[in-house]
Amino acid sequence: MSTDHARAGLLTAAGPASSTGPFDLDCPWRLDDRVAIRPEPFGALLYHFGTRRLSFLKNATMLAVVRSLGEHPSARAACEAAGIQPGSLAAYQRGLAVLAESHMITPQGAA
Amino acid sequence: MSTETLVELFEHGLDAPICLTWELTYACNLACVHCLSSSGRRDPDELSTAECKAVIDTLERMQVFYVNIGGGEPTVRPDFWELVDYATAHRVGVKFSTNGVRINEAVARKLAASDYVDVQISLDGATAEVNDAVRGLGSYAMAIRAMEHLAAAGFTGFKISVVVTRQNAGQLDEFKALADRYGAQLRLTRLRPSGRGADVWDELHPTAAQQRQLYDWLCAHGEQVLTGDSFFHLAAYGEALPGLNMCGAGRVVCLIDPVGDVYACPFAIHENFLAGNIRAGGFEAVWRDSPLFAELRGPSAGGACASCQFYDSCRGGCMAAKFFTGLPLDGPDPECVRGFGEQARAERALAEQALAGADRTALPRPGVDHSHHGPVRGQPGRGQAARPVPVTIGRRPVAAPPDRACDVNPLAGFAAGGAG
Repeated sequence: MSTDHARAGLLTAAGPASSTGPFDLDCPWRLDDRVAIRPEPFGALLYHFGTRRLSFLKNATMLAVVRSLGEHPSARAACEAAGIQPGSLAAYQRGLAVLAESHMITPQGAA
Repeated sequence: MSTETLVELFEHGLDAPICLTWELTYACNLACVHCLSSSGRRDPDELSTAECKAVIDTLERMQVFYVNIGGGEPTVRPDFWELVDYATAHRVGVKFSTNGVRINEAVARKLAASDYVDVQISLDGATAEVNDAVRGLGSYAMAIRAMEHLAAAGFTGFKISVVVTRQNAGQLDEFKALADRYGAQLRLTRLRPSGRGADVWDELHPTAAQQRQLYDWLCAHGEQVLTGDSFFHLAAYGEALPGLNMCGAGRVVCLIDPVGDVYACPFAIHENFLAGNIRAGGFEAVWRDSPLFAELRGPSAGGACASCQFYDSCRGGCMAAKFFTGLPLDGPDPECVRGFGEQARAERALAEQALAGADRTALPRPGVDHSHHGPVRGQPGRGQAARPVPVTIGRRPVAAPPDRACDVNPLAGFAAGGAG
């Protein structure tokens, strides 16, 4: 097959179980302009045309958060609007950190 | 999030392919001995520009992020750049494979300016000697010239795509150096016994020792080198290689051929893997409703491999490699690292010998063959005069199909001098 992005480690899974560095939930974030989202039965696939990276969202809640980031004053507000309980917020925070690291999402106001 | 979970999800198939390969034409200026689509001559029934644009419209609707365009040599289609522009304008990214024939300075500048276009230059030897024995005299120089143009235009990160063979398996460091020199990324993929590759498989496929060296090299270079996830059968050596270790045929990948036929994967151009044609209701219908794809997305038992401790990592290897070497699809890959594939092939050969000629089962042949009939300039094994290359790769003699009005080769009809 030819899923090169996967081989290059470019296939990153972002969801409640992912783990990486801290992510500022209180900043405003949005999806990068060069990212396309495709819903799938399990969640969604994301593709960044600039980095040619593929990402994978684990569930529909994560998809709702990512889609609505730009409409909220902070990532925390987007998570709350998606119905994420305080107890599971940390897991989604880690998922968002994965997306920020791979430039799928970007701070609002950034080019 | 474990890779296993991802594989399990993907095995059920996706709403649309992640990677779609689209061979735009069977026409090619070269006649590589291992061409997996048996390309050479244009098919008169090739999709028109309007039909191609309709395919792109469908891909946009299905949100296929990008399409891998190949051939044949896709850039020889007169509407190639028009189609690339149309795709990118509709947010369908394009990665195209080329031997470099049309990558001049102006084209390189245009390509470098787009986020949505990626280029893959095919090269099967780090030296002209090794490359040209497989791809034809002058093809190394052509590829290098294209890479020089891309680098000069500031196109960083284009791909140098290498099919690993017995002849070039010792050149991996040289390939890497070449990629570094041009600011490119190296992509190594597996030789398949598909198309004309079936004719040269026994001479070209890496030895067991080379496979082991390749695996170690890939482990050492990790994420710097792309592989199209094509070496997952090597996972049985130990740790799994990074990436999607599964056969994606009909699940996350498929092929659209120049006449609109949809096959489960680019290496399986044969009626057994034909899912449908886009002219009969569109690509989306084939992807969603094809009984063949439904079967491929169902659970696979693993057959003879199920009891192997490495089955979870190698998943029985490549379906196409098994099929075109005459092995059962639920058995080992011909290059199974534990040697079970070689054993199965030997047993098959013995069983065939015991049969009378008429009862023997021929190896499956590709469904379509657009190979040039006559000699192609620079091409080895085509009845040419002595070549200054040490690697001799023969071709199995094939009865030539009747000539067609559209043959692009001016020497069509000229009888080739047989295998050589």
